[in-house]
Amino acid sequence: MKGGTRREAQFGYLFASPWLLGFCIFLLYPLCASIYFSFCDYSILKAPIFVGLDNYKALWGDDVFWIALKNTLLYAVIALPAGMGTAIILAMLLNAKVKGMAIYRTIFFIPSLVPQVSLAVLWMFVLDGEHGVLNPILNKFLGIIHMSGPNWMTDPLWTKPALVLMSVWGVGNAVLIYLAGLQDVPVQLIEAADLDGANGWQKTKHVTLPMISPVILFNGIMGIIGTLQVFTVPYIMFPNGQPARSTYFYTEYLYDNAFRYHKMGYASAMGWIMFMMILVLTVVSLKFSERHVHYQGS
Amino acid sequence: MGKNDTRIIQKVLVQIALVALSIAFIFPFLWLLTTALKPIKETMSVPIQWIPSKFMWGNFKEAVITGHETVGYYPFVVYFRNTLVLCVLIVSGTVASNSLVAYAFSRLRWPGRDFAFAVTIATMMVPFPVLMVPTFALFRHLDWIGTYRPLWVPAWFGSAFSIFLLRQFFRTIPFELSEAAKIDGASEWRIFRSVILPLSKAALAVVALFSFMGSWNDFLGPLIYLLDQKTFTLSLGLQFYQSQNGGTQWNLLMAASTIIIAPVIILFFFTQRLFIQGIAITGLKG
Repeated sequence: MKGGTRREAQFGYLFASPWLLGFCIFLLYPLCASIYFSFCDYSILKAPIFVGLDNYKALWGDDVFWIALKNTLLYAVIALPAGMGTAIILAMLLNAKVKGMAIYRTIFFIPSLVPQVSLAVLWMFVLDGEHGVLNPILNKFLGIIHMSGPNWMTDPLWTKPALVLMSVWGVGNAVLIYLAGLQDVPVQLIEAADLDGANGWQKTKHVTLPMISPVILFNGIMGIIGTLQVFTVPYIMFPNGQPARSTYFYTEYLYDNAFRYHKMGYASAMGWIMFMMILVLTVVSLKFSERHVHYQGS
Repeated sequence: MGKNDTRIIQKVLVQIALVALSIAFIFPFLWLLTTALKPIKETMSVPIQWIPSKFMWGNFKEAVITGHETVGYYPFVVYFRNTLVLCVLIVSGTVASNSLVAYAFSRLRWPGRDFAFAVTIATMMVPFPVLMVPTFALFRHLDWIGTYRPLWVPAWFGSAFSIFLLRQFFRTIPFELSEAAKIDGASEWRIFRSVILPLSKAALAVVALFSFMGSWNDFLGPLIYLLDQKTFTLSLGLQFYQSQNGGTQWNLLMAASTIIIAPVIILFFFTQRLFIQGIAITGLKG
């Protein structure tokens, strides 16, 4: 260590001590304990009994586990690109230097402030088949081509799109991040592209998007981590993952195993599988990004 | 057509798109408000009646204070108070602990610091569900289930996200200031208290704001740890209310939702700039 005195180091540990403790108690210990629990039969009422790989084997043959996993991945595959695409487009529109930018920015941002429980309750009544407001409006447009709005809440095919729609509504946070990224893109680059006769699409594809690619990567990874954990909204809107288990997601099954069926070991195994999936997806995204992400100044 | 004309057409198209999208984004809020103010009958009328025939301001009162007599839940004022108590405990813990830790990570040199910081950042990837069972077992062992302690005590031990945010900010404060204070004989604690913190009000406010939003929003935590209805938070209370009245008393449900959403939006309007700065920092300096 260069420059630091012993005294400074002592203060360093002292000031960092809340987190060093917190890290050990609330992260490291639970992380290690959950590996151990995942190899145990554990109901929380009695001490864990080691059973080896039984939980993992049981998960392999558990239909509900596969349904929940499939639902979650399917939801993520739709919701992530939909959310990121919408956020980037909104940020680009906001960055176009038209009048009233601050007002539009506020309007797009506010839905992301709505607490999850309120979000769920509000949208239940927006999407409601009998008294909801979305379908009557959709029908006005769809009526022209002799179609009508889907049963968002009761048709197993449409429950996931309903959740995606809601997540897109709450995309404002990401819009602000992208907007800040876009405002950091040097004007000279755009002007240089203009001089070379690039059109709007070319400028977007070859200048703007590469310049904000680190932001896209960061948001993408955070998005993967968040989306795979989806819980509150479906838990409230669709009790027990109804209809036809189409909204029964991974975290909900994990929660049910832990706190409804008291299969804590089983739930821990699920937790570790989720953690591993997130690790793998993050590493893959980072590897993929090496070729596609452009860092300024490097 | 000249280059200028294309520019103008582009601007007009962008403006039209923004207006259309804004309407779509505002729409659910209008539905929320109009439903909250309707008599129960009009929430079910076909075709939709946008303006209530009579503005039922009493819905709010019924949802918040008196309604519990008829449906057997606790009045929302109780949930409101519970949530506020929790928010205060969590926000103060978050600000106190993370500012100390971020100081250690940004302005003090100690062996293992950079490694510890890298590990701290990596913990942001750990999903809550993998920690859920052992953490619950730990709090159960301490006999804390059913109390607020599992929800607020961890906030006093720091969190990766806030440490990161504050560290990024503390690093930008010139080190000469610390040196000068040191020459004047100030202790580390003094420098932290009298030099760094006063210069970091904006960053501390951002951390406070985010942690407030987080605790106001939290659902899974209270769902796991709170058992008694009279200790419920707003989120949990609304969910409970919804599961009993879902599909029947939409006007009261919407009134109750409005009451949970409103404080957050009001807070946002007073702190807009902080919000926008804070979110930009979290996204860009990653």
